[in-house]
Amino acid sequence: MKKRLLVLLLAMSMLVAMLASCGGGGTSSGGETPVAEKQLVVQVGPNPETLDPALNSAVDGANTILHLFEGLLTVGEDGQLAPGQAESWESSEDGLTWTFHLRDGLKWSDDSDLTANDFVYAWKRICDPEVAAPYADTVLSPIAGFNAESLNPDALQVSAPDDKTFEVKLSGPCTYFGSLAAFATMMPVQQATIDANGDAWATAPETYVSNGPFVMSEWVQGSHITMVKNPNYWNADAVKLDSIKFMLIEDANAAYSAYQNKEVDMIKDVPTEEIPSLTGNPEFNVDTILGTYYLNLNCERDMFKDAKVRKALSLAIDRKYVAETIMQGTYTAAGNFMGPGWADPEGGQFMDKSNGGKTYIDIDNFEANLEEAKKLMAEAGYPNGEGFPEITYTTNEAGYHIPVAEYLQQAWKELGITMKVETVEWGSFTPMRRDGEYEAARNGWVGDYDDPSNMIELLYSTNGNNDGKFKNAEFDAQIDISRNTADPAERSAALHKAEDILMEEAGCVPVAYYNDFWLQSPKIQGSWHSPYGYWHFMFADIAE
Amino acid sequence: MGKYLLKRVILAAVTIWAVATITFVLMNMVPGGPFLSEKAISPAATAALEAKYGLDKPFGERYLTYLKDALHGDFGLSLKQRGRTVSGIIAAKFPVSAKVGGIAVLVSLLLGIPLGVIAAYKRGTTIDSVFSVVATLGIAVPSFVVCTVLMYFLGVKLGILPTLGLTSWKNYIMPVFALSAYPTSYIMRLMRSSMLDVLGQDYMRTAKAKGLSQKVSLFKHALRNAILPVITYLGPMVAYTLMGSFIVEKIFTIPGLGGEFIKAINGRDYTMIMGTTIFLGTFMVFMLLIVDIVYTIVDPRIKLK
Repeated sequence: MKKRLLVLLLAMSMLVAMLASCGGGGTSSGGETPVAEKQLVVQVGPNPETLDPALNSAVDGANTILHLFEGLLTVGEDGQLAPGQAESWESSEDGLTWTFHLRDGLKWSDDSDLTANDFVYAWKRICDPEVAAPYADTVLSPIAGFNAESLNPDALQVSAPDDKTFEVKLSGPCTYFGSLAAFATMMPVQQATIDANGDAWATAPETYVSNGPFVMSEWVQGSHITMVKNPNYWNADAVKLDSIKFMLIEDANAAYSAYQNKEVDMIKDVPTEEIPSLTGNPEFNVDTILGTYYLNLNCERDMFKDAKVRKALSLAIDRKYVAETIMQGTYTAAGNFMGPGWADPEGGQFMDKSNGGKTYIDIDNFEANLEEAKKLMAEAGYPNGEGFPEITYTTNEAGYHIPVAEYLQQAWKELGITMKVETVEWGSFTPMRRDGEYEAARNGWVGDYDDPSNMIELLYSTNGNNDGKFKNAEFDAQIDISRNTADPAERSAALHKAEDILMEEAGCVPVAYYNDFWLQSPKIQGSWHSPYGYWHFMFADIAE
Repeated sequence: MGKYLLKRVILAAVTIWAVATITFVLMNMVPGGPFLSEKAISPAATAALEAKYGLDKPFGERYLTYLKDALHGDFGLSLKQRGRTVSGIIAAKFPVSAKVGGIAVLVSLLLGIPLGVIAAYKRGTTIDSVFSVVATLGIAVPSFVVCTVLMYFLGVKLGILPTLGLTSWKNYIMPVFALSAYPTSYIMRLMRSSMLDVLGQDYMRTAKAKGLSQKVSLFKHALRNAILPVITYLGPMVAYTLMGSFIVEKIFTIPGLGGEFIKAINGRDYTMIMGTTIFLGTFMVFMLLIVDIVYTIVDPRIKLK
């Protein structure tokens, strides 16, 4: 009798042990990489959904890809375009033909030669409906032969006259095409490995052939990605680290503990509740990225059809209070739609030339703004908010969205407006906002490439991201001018006029500019953070 | 027994089919889709994506195709983790969760049963009270609190345990503790109350009267009769614990399956939702079957018909 019980217990423990042991090889014990002399351990985001350049649409994915691949051009620490796989490039006088001259002796990480044909293959692949690249539109639309309605790779006007020359024909002048050539989606990819492995090529180090400063040596899903120096990279001498380990930590508190425990040298996800105690700490960094946190007032709803109402609601927001107190200084108060970092087509910062150098909304003078807002409400026929319907503000629950919503509730109360907050789960929030099924909602945009068109065109009447349903013929006309001119001065003027109209009409309500805030050990040297929200560790070093 | 097993297997298949069907219907009713992001993807790209994954087909056709493929063991490609199959993701992640969870199950059995027996035997004493307080705490304190407190003191303040990954045995201590706190406490309480029941039975008095030693009567006669409720609880508990916990895995950065359930739903990764649900369902049904068989071994009066 006792024996049977023993057998039973034994059997049960064996079952558990069996289940446990079958996991041994997979992830945990096989996970150690050989000890490298100089290894940097960083956290720039959770497990990326994909590291296939054509399929990626996430910032952290792009950040990882930029360590593993190099495009025709790169963006240097100064924010300027620099030679990458192409050592020189030029555009024809009409701006319609761009020619890139590749370096001598370029090689893939598997030792095969990298030629201009690899770029032809990679760029056409982005346009392949079978590949279904989410960013096809964003990156390929300036290229002749690209039709967003029916994707056809063979029609795309990219060619390789010889192994070292890559030529692109554009459908119109695109002064910022160089920025696109440095964009993570536009990296070359190797046809041989993709033909052999399909979409799965980008999931395992054995098949992940790349051409950048580093090559992937290990990817344990949800745990870490390790990359080692690529000896075949043309500028390998400038790479000082032996390896970089990207820790795929999902939880900000976990990332923070790991940083404090010195298991990670840099973390991107800092818990917001720790920020007050970190201010002033030299390891805590805050830096601009190209992006704006804004609100949509649905222009198709009766209550928001009048620009005066939209403007009043905009002016009633104390942006400094929102950015500095509610968002704990991790955002910067926004007086314009286009914030710091965006380059003006004519050179310099776009923001410096906006509205004659002044911000559209005087963020330092909230009291006056509020008075103006009350006046506008009265002019619109709602003195003290009388007769204005109750409105609903829709947001998802993350970051500072709820505190901001609660602030808006108070702020708009000053105008006599009653506002309800409605929280919607993320997966449902995006389609709801896109379909215009809301009254007021939060929104935000972070730039993909450094040209103002990338953000200001969101308000173009037919843009897929025009969630506020703002439709203004004059605005559209200015954007059309900017799209069809090769003259930087004319283009700059048109884009600034577009922003003038946007702000005058309050087509959307900018609240704050995005920043990245992160913790980084002082022993990391020679790394930099770019306004795209990327950290560049490829040429970094570790101080002893 | 053989006939019984056959009946159970058929019933299990029906159960899993029902679970799969309900999940398939519900997940298609939820608004949103796998290819939505903050930045709109062009209609052409969305159409291409939908065509690639067969989402452009009508509901009924998709359902039938899915069932047919699933019967052939093909659970399809993840819609979010591009280039990876659902079976591949489960095969890579389940063992990690199962290893941590398996240790946690063992710990809760090895601690929960003896402590429960002792508490029952020493009922009314200080030991019993102390155990009862500990067990209540273990049940009442949610795992994310346990995780955070452990992480803060052992990981950050004292720095004696690593806070992420599963690279050495030390990495297992905190997650296993967090995972086993609840089941250990629960088993302890179950064991204590059912043991008290048994100890009051006539046959226990008989055992004592015929001069059996304390140890023999307690562990041979009483334990065997008292352990049935624990076995009942063990079925679902083992299934859930081996599947991994979303919270524990997120906090300790364990690349297990627990997080995939939540991520699949949040991301509307339809094939992953189906795959993980069917996997959990099958495992659960299997565990319940094992529990039934174990009953007959522990208590020969129970017959499976």
